[in-house]
Amino acid sequence: MIPIILGITLVVAIFIQIAPGDPARIKIGNEATEEEYQALRDEMGLDDPFFVRYFRFLGNALRGDFGKSFYNSRPVMAEIFQRFRYTIVIALLSVTLAVLVGVPLGIFAATHQYTIMDNAAIALALVCVSMPSFFFALLMIRFFALTLGILPPSGITTWQGWILPTLSLALGFAATITRQMRSNMLEVIRQDYITTARSKGLSEFKIRYKHALKNAIIPIIMIVGGIFGMALGGAMIAEIIFSVPGLGQYTLGGLTGRDYPIVQGSTFFMSVIFSVIMLLIDLGFAFIDPRIRSQFARRRKRERVS
Amino acid sequence: MNDKKLKKKKSRFAETWRRLKKNKIAVVSLFIIFLIILAAILAPILAPYPYDLQDYSAAFSRSSKEHPLGTDRLGRDVLSRLLYGARQSLQIGLFSTTFAAAIGILVGAIAGFYGGWTDNLIMRILDVYQGIPMFLLTVTLAAVLGPSLRNAIIAIAISSISGYARLMRASILTVREMEYVEAATAINVRSARIIRKHIIPNAISPLIVSITMSLGSSVLAGAGLSFIGLGVQPPIPEWGAMISDARNFLRGQMYLSMYPGLCVMITVLSFNLLGDGLRDALDPRQKT
Amino acid sequence: MNDNMNDNILEIRDLVVEYRTDEAIIHAVNGVNLVVKRGETLGLVGETGAGKTTIAKSILRILPTPPSKICGGEIVFDGEDLMQKSESAMRKIRGEKIAMIFQDPMTALNPIERIGAQISEAIAQHNKIKRYEAENRASDMLEMVGIPMERYNEYPHQFSGGMKQRVVIAMALACNPTLLIADEPTTALDVTIQAQVLEIMQSLKERLGTSVIMITHDLGVVANCCSSVAVIYAGEIVEYGSAVQVFDFPTHPYTIGLFGSLPKLNSTEPRLKPITGLMPDPANLPTGCSFYERCPDAKEQCSGSKPAMVEIEAGHFVKCFRDGGGE
Repeated sequence: MIPIILGITLVVAIFIQIAPGDPARIKIGNEATEEEYQALRDEMGLDDPFFVRYFRFLGNALRGDFGKSFYNSRPVMAEIFQRFRYTIVIALLSVTLAVLVGVPLGIFAATHQYTIMDNAAIALALVCVSMPSFFFALLMIRFFALTLGILPPSGITTWQGWILPTLSLALGFAATITRQMRSNMLEVIRQDYITTARSKGLSEFKIRYKHALKNAIIPIIMIVGGIFGMALGGAMIAEIIFSVPGLGQYTLGGLTGRDYPIVQGSTFFMSVIFSVIMLLIDLGFAFIDPRIRSQFARRRKRERVS
Repeated sequence: MNDKKLKKKKSRFAETWRRLKKNKIAVVSLFIIFLIILAAILAPILAPYPYDLQDYSAAFSRSSKEHPLGTDRLGRDVLSRLLYGARQSLQIGLFSTTFAAAIGILVGAIAGFYGGWTDNLIMRILDVYQGIPMFLLTVTLAAVLGPSLRNAIIAIAISSISGYARLMRASILTVREMEYVEAATAINVRSARIIRKHIIPNAISPLIVSITMSLGSSVLAGAGLSFIGLGVQPPIPEWGAMISDARNFLRGQMYLSMYPGLCVMITVLSFNLLGDGLRDALDPRQKT
Repeated sequence: MNDNMNDNILEIRDLVVEYRTDEAIIHAVNGVNLVVKRGETLGLVGETGAGKTTIAKSILRILPTPPSKICGGEIVFDGEDLMQKSESAMRKIRGEKIAMIFQDPMTALNPIERIGAQISEAIAQHNKIKRYEAENRASDMLEMVGIPMERYNEYPHQFSGGMKQRVVIAMALACNPTLLIADEPTTALDVTIQAQVLEIMQSLKERLGTSVIMITHDLGVVANCCSSVAVIYAGEIVEYGSAVQVFDFPTHPYTIGLFGSLPKLNSTEPRLKPITGLMPDPANLPTGCSFYERCPDAKEQCSGSKPAMVEIEAGHFVKCFRDGGGE
């Protein structure tokens, strides 16, 4: 996990290195004298060699200091912490909602295979997967905020403010999970051990929900990890549409304005969060799947021996 | 021997095609994709107006004989802009997928086939890539490279390489374990030949499905980039950018976001349906 | 046949099973008649794809429908036609009265459930007993198949193939079924393990008085443990009789061919005689005898119509024109 985060910071630093655009020029404007401009470049540390800048960032980051924004001089770390709650709440809510809707719907579709209900469920899921989240967001604003007037079109001042941003993200995720859950379930139902369970005289209910469901849901956990990453990235669009002062909006501002401390700080931060989530998911995997658990155990044993 | 192989290959393609033709939904989606491609190619002929012709006197006009789908805030003809917009979306979809698939397959093949430290190095690099949430990576790349159609394609392509690489590597590892490949190695068949004759044919099915599906998702990502202003730049029309433009006119001119939104949706849906159809046709056992 | 009803634990009459796909109708089982006597072991012998497993799954009615469909016939178990039973009545029979052992122990166990739980689940399903009682019986069963009960809480991946098959056997016999269907129980195992597993099955069968249908393509297995033998070819029984009759006087050309393709220790022949050709495509069966194309004795008559089953001596049936199947 730590090497991955280091790798990510390096990649971002390289991106910044090769990016065109001059933050000092943007900040100081075209009227400034060459001396003023040069002084600013020195102050911003733009002329230091690549590795000097990279390790300076790393060293500071480890001490919890992401530097200050080039333009408004506010500390990036404080800003990130303030904005991050919006992003993480939207991401968590939408992923949770997607799981709560997608898993049962996928099971339903799989257990009603060859019926109209199944066809309706997959058709709906496919349409939702193909729907751009920002388009869905606008449709919802039009309907819930403008036509019905029951939800705020933007901003998070009351709890209702969370609803539309969350829904706009959750739709596609729920549809993805539905599709995956359905095909896992159908795949598992074909396995020999399900025939064994059937030959033991178990009820269809037990076969489905005890034997099939557990096996079918294991790959979903992995997918939920990936979807969480998509939620962290995708929250940016929801934040822009619904004017949520979250991390995505902040990052985008940093990117377009060449405000490198913001870019470095927030990608670093998001990657750490993402890695932690993936780690939790790996642990969850091991908790549910005994095959992986014993792999872990074996590795630990081997490490102890060596 | 060679004849037989050729025949077998051909029949496999024919078989897939025959099964695909039976799937009405897949055929319809293929037809729609064909229409969209045609619209994109023939946009200059089909479009009633140039995409950037402004006519302030006719701004926000509803559909009429002159403007079948109405006009936007600058009086530009929506239909013409949608037709030209198909060009951008399709270019993003096709080119980014092609680049990503080509590089990803190559990288994955190298990792899977050579194994050892090569594999290790490549996989660690992919780990780093996948540690960044995908859309964040795309946005960062697009912003760093500067917003344009070409850079959007590059950004989307780079961020989707790792999926193909992993898929290809996994296919190779599976095939490598199989006995007939071991047998081929045992009789000293050259690596390149093993890759060509044994590994590629076996890895091709999941790859084709994955490529079709990701045509859809790159169109989505491209529209997303343009929506937040990091993709195709005005005045060139792009569906995502058109939706972004229409954001402030939801109350009165919903049609401005509706048309491009539906265009994106139908395009992506068609690619996804085709992908589903291909998956069923390539692997009848999987048919559900 | 009616008077010896009580001697027969299972009678299959004219069973027809088809698989229907978009492309074709596959005739997997074509009018099979079979009798299993109480306490005996019937060997069901045939090549891969002859319809053995389909028959087994038809008895338990666990064929996946669609694509498969039981198109006709009766399966009378202990005097009752299973075809007429409701699904819930069938559930009471599965595992409790009729149990099944599957071919591949690697995939027959749920990978994420403890093996003990998988055994006790079957017991709890069919007996109104407390949980710990079911668990106790499950660990007894494990001991019976030679697995120490300390391994009760382990998972399938912690067992070798042979050990897994023991678990499957313990699971199948947990409710002391009247009929056990063993579908190639040793095919997926090493030869040394095969003997052990067969021995376990044999001794348990004797202890519990179970009737067994032993499905196999291995004549050695049949010789070891079966009292009667049915030879199946392309979804039809072509020869049926006691083990002695079929082994000492194989009559159907296919059966003779099967024995000809086995190595014999006391034989002076330099080469084995394999049966040439392949089994006919079950989606496209010939109108005449299904063995016609591969039969060394084929006559014109054989391609035109199907021979009938004839009793050539008491309890020995053959389906061939050569033995009077034309009358």
